[in-house]
Amino acid sequence: MYFARSLKWGNSKYKEGMKRRQFLRNSVGAGLAAGTFMSLGRYEKALAGTPLPAAASYDLIAVKGGEPAAMFDIGIQAMGGMGSFVSKGQKVVIKPNIGWDVVPEKGGNTNPALVKRVIEHCLKAGAKEVYVFDNTCDNWIRCYKNSGIEQAAKDAGAKIVPANSESYYQEISIPNGKKLTKAKVHELILSSDVFINVPILKHHSSAKMTGALKNMMGVVWDRGFWHRNDLNQCIADYALFSKKPQLNVMDAYNVMMRNGPRGVSKDDLSLMQSLLLSTDWVAIDAAGAKMMGLEPSQINYLPIAAGMGLGKIDLATMNIHRIKM
Amino acid sequence: MRSSALKHIRVVFSVIVLFALALLFLDFRGLVPVKAFGPLLYLQFVPSFLKFAIAGVAAATGFMVVILITVITGRTYCSFLCPLGILQDVISRVGGTFKRRFRKYGFKKPYTVVRYFILAMTAGIMLLGGAYVLTILDPYSTFGRFMTYFGKPALIFLNNQVAAILGEFDIYTVYKVDIKTYKLAAYAVPVSFVLLVGILSFRYGRLYCNTVCPVGTFLGLLSKVSLFRIKFDESACTRCGRCAAACKSSCIDFLHRHVDITRCVNCFNCLDACSEKAMGYGLVRLKKPEAPAEPDASRRQFIAGSLLFLAGTSQFVGGQNKTAPVPTKDSTVREDRLYPVSPPGSTGLGKYTDRCTACSLCVSACPTSVLQPSVSEFGFAGIMQPRMDFHSGFCNYECTICTDICPTGAIMPLILEAKKLTQIGKAVFIKDNCIVKTEKTACGACSEHCPTKACSMIPYEGTLVIPEVIDDICIGCGACEYACPTRPYRAIFVDGNPNHEAAKKPEIKALQVTTEDFPF
Repeated sequence: MYFARSLKWGNSKYKEGMKRRQFLRNSVGAGLAAGTFMSLGRYEKALAGTPLPAAASYDLIAVKGGEPAAMFDIGIQAMGGMGSFVSKGQKVVIKPNIGWDVVPEKGGNTNPALVKRVIEHCLKAGAKEVYVFDNTCDNWIRCYKNSGIEQAAKDAGAKIVPANSESYYQEISIPNGKKLTKAKVHELILSSDVFINVPILKHHSSAKMTGALKNMMGVVWDRGFWHRNDLNQCIADYALFSKKPQLNVMDAYNVMMRNGPRGVSKDDLSLMQSLLLSTDWVAIDAAGAKMMGLEPSQINYLPIAAGMGLGKIDLATMNIHRIKM
Repeated sequence: MRSSALKHIRVVFSVIVLFALALLFLDFRGLVPVKAFGPLLYLQFVPSFLKFAIAGVAAATGFMVVILITVITGRTYCSFLCPLGILQDVISRVGGTFKRRFRKYGFKKPYTVVRYFILAMTAGIMLLGGAYVLTILDPYSTFGRFMTYFGKPALIFLNNQVAAILGEFDIYTVYKVDIKTYKLAAYAVPVSFVLLVGILSFRYGRLYCNTVCPVGTFLGLLSKVSLFRIKFDESACTRCGRCAAACKSSCIDFLHRHVDITRCVNCFNCLDACSEKAMGYGLVRLKKPEAPAEPDASRRQFIAGSLLFLAGTSQFVGGQNKTAPVPTKDSTVREDRLYPVSPPGSTGLGKYTDRCTACSLCVSACPTSVLQPSVSEFGFAGIMQPRMDFHSGFCNYECTICTDICPTGAIMPLILEAKKLTQIGKAVFIKDNCIVKTEKTACGACSEHCPTKACSMIPYEGTLVIPEVIDDICIGCGACEYACPTRPYRAIFVDGNPNHEAAKKPEIKALQVTTEDFPF
């Protein structure tokens, strides 16, 4: 038995941390907090009363033929602009895929140029703070750095946040989950007003494809539990959790068609120059599956998620806005 | 030179060296590139000597510089460059403040038999090809272990307290770091030495250096011919005894106005203590060659005995249980590792265990937690030598830090492309433990993490896929073993290569590219 496992640093410190956290919130941060809660952001939004614009009628927006940032500009415009999702003074968390210690050209992580552009739109829409994190597979410092996302996030004005310690996670419950009924989720997912999911479309050795739903394996602490307890069911179960992304942006610029999710060489990639946007993460994954040359029903977690009423899987009945640049 | 300035120079210099070497081990955020510590590591006696003697690296001549310094100036190394020596000075200093009056060391006789016995034992075993007494006794490595196993966790603990408070205000520049902990048994050596070195230095100054440390004893022998020494001005000396009282090495016999040069570490405290300015440090004329250390019978006996000891322990190194895993219907098949795994660049178990002094610098610098101190995996003699423990972490595909920093040559430098083709072990799949077979659900965590796809997923029942290992492109990085979620035994593990081999490059086929319209 390992000393580390019997000690459980994370657990005991987690509880202590919560008490201290509470104390700090109540005392030092009280004035600040009062100020922010009363900030104009929500008030303004309420006044404007913007119902989701025309975009809301689209199930999916698919852009093709441009650079990642340019495609996002057009795509988000078609969704009614970032203002439909982010209001002034809000706290936004962006979850790209930063799982691997590989350079952007290897297509293992979300394109940094896309992440940068998403952040810029959020800040332009008035976001108070934008946070970026991932619970990486390889060493997190190396992943953040070599993926180019740390630099991109900083350049755009976001905060890149660690996710390497269990003490950053808080336990949540998923009452209707079949296999996954609780999970430890990164505190920023819980404390942010807006959650934007920015996965990269890739081949995956066992789940066949990774996209929007599977990207959530990087917001929880214990991925191993998912692997032990019916991976596909757990991926779908997590989508039941109440804190869902308001927007999904799928990077399909340079798509890893095999040897995923890490990739062996650049020859595993296919330059698709595409970008998908949707508020429905099952729908966006279904479209991703097609781009990988697979039927959505072949990605085992998609029919499960669709069956639980978490989104649309049938592309034929979707209202898709296709944009070619 | 009779000035107390020498002492002040020594204090400032040694404190800088101590901070720098501590930083080398404590820098958990990698703020200072390890190469910046090159000159200090170059001058560490034992690592440099090993690198030179065993690995034959022309650049590792630092120990020669130390020998030269010793022959000219005496044991300057011990007070100016040895991190364990300087640390002991700090502890002695703290110990001194606990006494109301100035602590008096006074002259004491050396433990001649003990110190030469330890030196002979160390040298004897080295000659027989084993570095493992040095592993335990090398002062630099002992210091390294103090920093790695106690200093660094303590520092990270403090860091995490600060990070917790700052995190409250969404400031993440100071972030939490999980404290690496190791098997309890691995603490036996560093804990013993913390106690031994701590108590001896707290109460008796440099007694450890002059009794236990083989480097101290060896340099002490060399300093018998040193040109510069502490000397008495007999006309000015009043035999007041202040020098002896201030001497951390207890080597000044003030009544006979004699300094035991083999134990003097050039701390220059006596110069500072002497109110008559009767003590000086300078060129001496050698009167008569002092008698060489008496060859003692016990040393010879020991060498003979250690031969037997070596023969016995060598069995541990190579051979553990050599039976192949026997699959049963039970889903808990033990991972039956024939060989432990040594880090890339070590070329194989034999060379690695001979060269490594377990200074633990690689353990400290490794960005993942894959390097762990061994308990018995390399045999009793290899205790503390780091091994690749894939339950704690896995070797980052893009990283060569351990090969870059190893000061002894136990881990030789590898360029990244070479490291990516160095097979330190091979993955072994235990189907009967695998989730896909036992639970009939998808998993694939192993294949997901595999950087070469030596572990790939092949069709199984229905839509399920199950791992398959292609030996010759596996490099033994252990990502599969680390990621495998089965407990207590993994369904895939890496068995070490006793001699590292060359892995084949993964074969790359052209991809059929289809970039027409939207497929939906």
